[in-house]
Amino acid sequence: MSRLWRASPLTYGALLAAGFLSLFPIYWMFVVASRSSDAMGQLPPPVTPGGNLGANISRLFANTDAYFLTGLINSAIVAATVTFSVVLFSSLAGFAFAKLRFRGSNALLMVIIATMMVPTQLGIIPLYMLMTRLNLNDRLPAVILPALVTGFGVFMMRQYAGQAISTELIEAARVDGCGTARIYWNVVLPALRPAIAVLGLLTFMTTWNDFLWPYAVLNDPENPTVQLSLRALSDGYYQDMSQVFTGTAIATLPLLLVFVLFGRQIIGGIMEGAVKS
Amino acid sequence: MALQLDARGPTGPAPGRSRLSRAGRLSRIDAKYSPYLYIAPFFVVFAIFGAWPLAYTFWVSLHDWDLLGSDPTFIGVDNYTRLLADGDFWHAVVNTLGIFVISTVPQLLLALWLANLLNRQLRMRTGWRMAVLVPNVTSTAAVAIVFGVLFGREFGMVNWLLDLVGIDGIEWKSNRFASWVAISAMVDWRWTGYNALIFLAAMQAIPRDLYEAAAIDGANRARQFWSVTVPLLKPTIIFCVIISTIGGLQLFTEPRLFHSGTNPIRGGPLRESQTMTMYMFENAFAPYYNFGYGSAVAWLLFALIAIVAAINVLIIRRVGSGTRPPRDARKGGFR
Repeated sequence: MSRLWRASPLTYGALLAAGFLSLFPIYWMFVVASRSSDAMGQLPPPVTPGGNLGANISRLFANTDAYFLTGLINSAIVAATVTFSVVLFSSLAGFAFAKLRFRGSNALLMVIIATMMVPTQLGIIPLYMLMTRLNLNDRLPAVILPALVTGFGVFMMRQYAGQAISTELIEAARVDGCGTARIYWNVVLPALRPAIAVLGLLTFMTTWNDFLWPYAVLNDPENPTVQLSLRALSDGYYQDMSQVFTGTAIATLPLLLVFVLFGRQIIGGIMEGAVKS
Repeated sequence: MALQLDARGPTGPAPGRSRLSRAGRLSRIDAKYSPYLYIAPFFVVFAIFGAWPLAYTFWVSLHDWDLLGSDPTFIGVDNYTRLLADGDFWHAVVNTLGIFVISTVPQLLLALWLANLLNRQLRMRTGWRMAVLVPNVTSTAAVAIVFGVLFGREFGMVNWLLDLVGIDGIEWKSNRFASWVAISAMVDWRWTGYNALIFLAAMQAIPRDLYEAAAIDGANRARQFWSVTVPLLKPTIIFCVIISTIGGLQLFTEPRLFHSGTNPIRGGPLRESQTMTMYMFENAFAPYYNFGYGSAVAWLLFALIAIVAAINVLIIRRVGSGTRPPRDARKGGFR
């Protein structure tokens, strides 16, 4: 191993600086969330936590402009449903593309890859019209339905199934009399578990985080997702910033929690996906 | 053994086949048609909620079509000709491209540098990787609000720090260029670490003996980086540039929530940082509900993304094409 790969103190210094810049805005969000509202008018700005978190939280949940609790519950429902559906349908389709032979599979796979290139948000106007027609505007299914499948998920599952599941194993199961459905359930699904975890985490985070489409289709202020609650808070006439920051902190917390628990898998997933594509 | 048995099944019309048991016939049908069942959910949902809206956007863009949509009139390319003469539209195009350029270029350069740092023998490897990725897993809306405060005029931390080094407070929200910089800072904060990890993955696939050979030839670390690492990373760089182009030109949440108060969808009182997606939103939804006009904006945005992505790829292909290492080495680097 040559000298080139050893990390010098300079390396650590630079990484420390990068890490500080990465973490500071998040840390500061929690600082302001735990202080009283006059923290915003102080110079120098406060950088240590205060003791007002509890009061801010109760004021936030009592704020009738934000419907923050509804927002949290709605976001949880949407993110859970979408994650379940994306994982299920992606693993089914990924398995089929990786391990089953059928006419047109290559062409269909190309279609899926092409869908990853097209920014689907550009269809939000007809999507809005469709939801109006279906009478789903202002309701959660309008947010959930378009997100039920992703080309990325199918592609990722196909890549993983291709290398993780040996064809011999599937053949053997067939000889033993397994139908394709049982092969999926008993052989494929257990083997895909690590990829399912990564896809599930990424999908949950993206869905929890989504703003544009819910903003377009959920106009009823009493039925927001949590990101829309944040918008309502920050657009309010007078701004109680410590309350707003309590909201941003709570909305970010589930994501940070997932990341702390599964960061290694998420990083692995991002790095895998990059080289294999 | 297993393979042989199975291979005979679907292909060989063995004499005994006609008297196949019911279970056997079923399993043949299963093997032949069930794959379509497994991929069907994706295609059905995508057709309804992905492909159809995209195509229909174009159809809508050829109409005078409002919220009620009771009587949309076909007006051909009128929406497009109106758009091309629309000053606010071009203003949004310039904003979008400006924010895109001043965010993407530093972002990818920083990511390369960061990946190079992470590609060493480090203590707490995973810890550093998590630290640079954590901005990427925060809520965009929340971060936009937080940065909106950090870049505040009177009590913002950025202006306070600038004041310490003797620079007068900057109007981050009402100065057009300054608002681009603030929004780019937000975008870079979020995406630099993500791109760095992708670069890192590609860097780790580069065979190390290439560096040893370069070192023997007398190349120092910087030279090795530019002559070995960067050329070998080119496919990955192109990948990241395309992803950044698609994402960067669609920017919406950050500029929308950076501005709060009256009519924030305009990105400030004088549309200082209104992006194309925001302009589409302003026209298609509240306050105007002009679906036809909004759809035309959407298609032009799509066209712009395609054009910019193509230009980017052409530029990157050119850069560094002189320092291409031997073919077999390149193959070693990427799968």
